[in-house]
Amino acid sequence: MTDNNRKERVLVAMSGGIDSAVTLRLLHERGYQVIGAHMKLWDFSEVGGEAKKDGRCCTLESIEDCREVCDSIGAPFYVLNFVEQFRNTVIKNFVSEYRAGRTPNPCVLCNTEIKWEGFLKRALELGCDFIATGHYSQIMKNEDTGRYYIVKGTDHTRDQSYALWGLSQNALARTLMPLGSLKKSEVRQMAREYKIARPDRPESREICFVADDNYHRFLREWEAKRGRKFTSGEIVDEDGAKLGEHEGVEFYTLGQRRGLGISTRKPVYVKEIDPTGARIVVGDSASLMSKTAEVGLVNWIALDNPAEPFNAEVKIRYLSRPARAKVSPLPGSRARVEFDEPQRSITPGQSIVFYDDAIALGGGLIERLG
Amino acid sequence: MKWGKDLGYEMKPIYLDHNATTPVDPQVLDAMIPYMTEKFGNASSMHSFGREGKVALENSRATIAELLGAETSEIYFTSGGTEADNIALKGVARALKKKRSRVLYSAIEHSAIRQSALALIDEGFITEALPVTKEGYVTEKTLSDALDDNTSLVSIMHSNNEVGVIQDIPALVEVAHSRRTLFHTDAVQSMGKIPVNVDDLGVDLLTISAHKIYGPKGAGVVYARSGVMISPLVHGGSHEKGRRPGTENVAGAVGLAKALELVLARQESEYKRMIELSEKFIKKLRSRIENMSLNGPELVEGELTRVPSTVNLSFDGAEGEPIILSLDIESVAVSSGSACSSGAVEPSPVLLAMGSTPELAKSSIRFSMGKSTTVADIDRVGEILPDVISRIRKMSPQYAEAD
Repeated sequence: MTDNNRKERVLVAMSGGIDSAVTLRLLHERGYQVIGAHMKLWDFSEVGGEAKKDGRCCTLESIEDCREVCDSIGAPFYVLNFVEQFRNTVIKNFVSEYRAGRTPNPCVLCNTEIKWEGFLKRALELGCDFIATGHYSQIMKNEDTGRYYIVKGTDHTRDQSYALWGLSQNALARTLMPLGSLKKSEVRQMAREYKIARPDRPESREICFVADDNYHRFLREWEAKRGRKFTSGEIVDEDGAKLGEHEGVEFYTLGQRRGLGISTRKPVYVKEIDPTGARIVVGDSASLMSKTAEVGLVNWIALDNPAEPFNAEVKIRYLSRPARAKVSPLPGSRARVEFDEPQRSITPGQSIVFYDDAIALGGGLIERLG
Repeated sequence: MKWGKDLGYEMKPIYLDHNATTPVDPQVLDAMIPYMTEKFGNASSMHSFGREGKVALENSRATIAELLGAETSEIYFTSGGTEADNIALKGVARALKKKRSRVLYSAIEHSAIRQSALALIDEGFITEALPVTKEGYVTEKTLSDALDDNTSLVSIMHSNNEVGVIQDIPALVEVAHSRRTLFHTDAVQSMGKIPVNVDDLGVDLLTISAHKIYGPKGAGVVYARSGVMISPLVHGGSHEKGRRPGTENVAGAVGLAKALELVLARQESEYKRMIELSEKFIKKLRSRIENMSLNGPELVEGELTRVPSTVNLSFDGAEGEPIILSLDIESVAVSSGSACSSGAVEPSPVLLAMGSTPELAKSSIRFSMGKSTTVADIDRVGEILPDVISRIRKMSPQYAEAD
C-alpha cells in the first residue's frame, strides 16, 4: 500500500458520522494532504418525507459536522453536488427495478456510480491521488498479478464488502479504507481521542433517500409526480386460485409475509412477482427454497475473469450468512450459482457476492432463479 | 494559511472575489469605531448621546447624497443591498398597487430582485422578466415592447454582479418614463467602478451597498427620488421617515459614507488600472487555454460596456465546481454562479438568461478584482489556471480522446 508515502492528496468522503471523521483524521496523521468532501445526493423536498432530525446525510446539520472536523486540522472542506447524477442513476434505477418486479440494492449502485465513478472523477479533477471512505472493508493488492481486491473488514460484524462488489480495478487502485483493519470499538476510542464531539448515531440500514423507511410512499409520490399509475391485480396461490387483491406488484418483495391482506390457514409468503400479469403468487415456507441463481452484470474482483467453475461462499443479502455454492462463469459477464443447500428467497435485483473466506472474488446482480 | 503550511510552504492567498464582498478599509473602520464605543447613543434619543449619533447619521446621509447627486432627504439607510432592493421593488409596487399592478425586471437581476418579484406574484401582481441579449443587454426595444399603462415599476441593474455588463440606463429610463413608469436600478456593483449619479442616470430609485466598496457588511442605501411613494416592509417606528423603521445603524452609515468617499476618490485611476489588469489576464489565458469564452461584452475603448474588474469565463468541457475547488486548494478565491445554503454549485441563472447552455453556465468562473489585486496575482492565476483546466478536461469524455 501507499500509506507510507508522504503528502499524497486524498479526498475523503464524509457523511457526518464518526467513521468518516476518524478516516480523515487518521489519514492526516499518516501524512496525507487531506481534503474533506460531503456528497450532496438528494433533496428531501423532492419527494415528500422530511429528513429525520437525527442528522442524516445531505442535511445541513451533518454538513456542519463534517466541516467542524476538517476545521480542526485546517483541511479544506467542500460540499459536492451529485443530486442530478444521483437522481438520474440511483433513483431512476430504484423505481424501474421495483416496476420490473425486482428488489433493488440502491446502495450498491450508488457506490459504483456515484461514490466511486463520480466522486473519484471529481477527486482526480482536484489533483488528488486517492479517495478515502470510512467503510469497514480492506483493499489489498496481489503483487504477482497487480490485481486489487476487497477483503472483509477485521470487524466482521461491520463488514461492508457486500455493497462494494461493483468497484472497478481503477477505482480500487485509487481508494483508501483505513478503517478496514480496525474494530468499531477502536474507532470509537479514536474519535474520543480526536475529540470528535458528535454522538455515535445508530447506524442506518435504511435507504438514505427514503427517510421514513417507507419505500411504498416514496414510489407512490415519485410516480404520481410523473403522472404514472400502478396496476392493481390478484394475489394467487401456486395453483392460480385467487386469494386476494393488490394495488401494484411494486409494493411486494420476495419472501414477504406481512401486509398481504389475505387470510390463510398456514402462513404464506410472496413466492413470485409477475409484473406483466400484475400477479403476486404466494406459497408456503418450503416453496421459497431454491438452489440456483442466474447472475448478470458480474464484476470480478480478486479473480480475473475466471474460465472454470469454482467453489465459494456466497452471500445473497446484506445480512445473510454466506452459503457454500458452485459458481460457473458464463460469457457476457454472467454466472450461474448452484448452492449446496437450498436457499430461502433468492431475490432478483439483489446483489450476490462470491467469497473465498474473507476475500471478495466477485459479484453481480441476481437476475432470476435457475 | 494553514493549508499552505501543510503543503510545506507559505502561499499568499489571492482574493479574486471582490464582487462577493471586500475587506473593510482601515480608514473606514477608524471612522466607525467611535460610533460603536463612546458615541454609542441611539440616534432617535433626545439627549446628548442621541444627538451625537443623529449628527453623524445625518452627516453621512448628506455625504452620500452629495456623492450620488441626490438630495439628503432622498437617501434611506437599510441593512444592505438586498433590503434596499426589496424596499424598492415591493415598497413601490405595493404603494402603487391601486393604480398599476405590473412590475418588470431584467432576467439577469440579482436574486434580491428576482425573488422579490416572485413574492409579488403571490400578492396578485403581474411580474415579467425582460430577456437580455447574449452579451447581457436589455435593449430599449425589449423594454418598450414590454411596457404598458399598468406597469408601475421597472428594475434593471446598472452593472451586473456576475458578468459585469453595464446597461444604458439613461436610454432605458427615458423609455420607461415615456410610459409614466418608475425606474429602479441596482448599482451595488457600479459604485467606485464607474460613474453613478442619479440625475445623469435619471433613475427614480437606486440601490447601493457598503460591503462591496470596502465598507462594513449590514449597511446599504436605497435612494428614492422625492415624491416616489414607498410602503414600508417592516413596521415599528418612524425611523427613516417611517419607510425603514428600526434603530439606526449609525456606525454602518458612517462606514458607508466614508467608504463611498474613498472609492470615488480613486475611481478614475482604478478604472484605468482594472482595464489593464483585465486585458492582461484575458490575453494571457486566451494564449494558454483553448475553447475559453468571455461571458458578457468585451471592453471597448471609450465606452461603458463592462465593469473591467469583473471577468467571467467559461471553459468548455470543464465544470465550474472542480475549477473553483482546485483554485481554492491553491489559495486562489474565485466564484461561479449562485451558491445554495449547503455550498453546492448550481448553474448560473444569469448566464442561462444570456443564452448559455446549462453545461457552459455550469463551467463559468467569475474573477472579480479589487484594490489589492496586483499584476503578480493575475500572473500567478494565469499560471495555475491552464493546468487546472487541462487536468479537469482530461476527465471529460469530450476531451479525453484528444489528450
